[in-house]
Amino acid sequence: MNKITITINNKKIVTESGKSVLEIAKENGIFIPTLCNYEGIAPQSSCRVCTCVIDGRKMTACTTLAKDKMNIETNTEELEEIRSVIVELLFAEGNHFCPSCEKSGNCELQALAYRFKMMVPQFPYDFPARDVDAVNPKIMIDHNRCILCKRCIRRKKEPENPTWFVFENRGNKLKINLDHELTADMDDELAQKAMDTCPVGAIIRKEKGFDVPIGSRKYDSKPIGSDIEDQGGAV
Amino acid sequence: MSKAIVATTSLAGCFGCHMSLLDIDEKILDLIELVEFNKSPIDDIKTFTKECDIGIIEGGCCNSENVHILKEFRKNCKTLVVMGECAIMGGLPALRNNVVSISECLEEAYLNCVSVQANDEKIIPNDDELPLILDRVYPCHEIVKIDYFLPGCAPRADLIWNALVALITGNEMDLPYEVIKFD
Repeated sequence: MNKITITINNKKIVTESGKSVLEIAKENGIFIPTLCNYEGIAPQSSCRVCTCVIDGRKMTACTTLAKDKMNIETNTEELEEIRSVIVELLFAEGNHFCPSCEKSGNCELQALAYRFKMMVPQFPYDFPARDVDAVNPKIMIDHNRCILCKRCIRRKKEPENPTWFVFENRGNKLKINLDHELTADMDDELAQKAMDTCPVGAIIRKEKGFDVPIGSRKYDSKPIGSDIEDQGGAV
Repeated sequence: MSKAIVATTSLAGCFGCHMSLLDIDEKILDLIELVEFNKSPIDDIKTFTKECDIGIIEGGCCNSENVHILKEFRKNCKTLVVMGECAIMGGLPALRNNVVSISECLEEAYLNCVSVQANDEKIIPNDDELPLILDRVYPCHEIVKIDYFLPGCAPRADLIWNALVALITGNEMDLPYEVIKFD
């Protein structure tokens, strides 16, 4: 592995080659927001929330491998505007009824909206007609909340992390689906894993929910990314 | 300094946001020093008696009366603030949007629901005096121009208080992380 030197937000960082910009930023206490990225799953850069200015071009930090002498900006005013517009679009495009959602307080989409201080999306709400799939005895899929990040599907490619989710249809009819025969005897552990993989409340464990009181949930008092920023001197 | 005149109303809401407005503990004494209420369920004034500085709206628009009141507020208030998820995105009443039609909705409520009793003539209320239900539930900003949005279900009391103080004093609003919540 070669030693390389890159610049993130005008700070020189010496690191090893072969890592993504997102990983290096995280190791150095710089938070780059993400939605479709999940630890242990190969990145796919579909949500574009991690967009950074890399050598003058806007590129996604999760799929860009760091190279020697790379110059990266993670938090310009324009980038923050782009990110918050993406989050606003996701809120307007689905049916995100936060007050009635089991994932509220632990939801990454909501946490990003809190971090970006989103009071209302600037786009008109679409209110798409979507259904809820509650066939499986352990989990429920609420398509109203799905942001199609594909995290649940991509996990299949890792042999130690099996999943049974697939994409169905195309275009604006695209939705996630679950093989009900294969998952009929799903246990609680796998159900919890499926729920944890979902950044929003689209995959929810049945007979569980609202068990952490308001005020002590994951993103109630600390913004998303503050754990990364706290561990290393933020730039 | 003369007191700011405030009007409030609850459209398609549950009055939870008004409860949150009153949940400011002893600051309610300061509030009385700062503002005078006009049309509001708090003092039970039914119609506008003068031009107001701040109008605070709770709830979205699900029927023609909601739209009428919202337009009245826009006409009579210099600044319009909406509070709560219902006013911002329709909230729980908007669960019916694009999922069931109005007729299905009314039939379920007045004819088919298991708790319906003593409606042998199968009447769905349709009197001229009754406000007409809209095709879907509309967020307030899709009906009139709204100046400020306070999210939450209900919005934290401190968020409403900070917004009111900022509006009245003209200072920038204090927005700590804990007060912006959608639930």
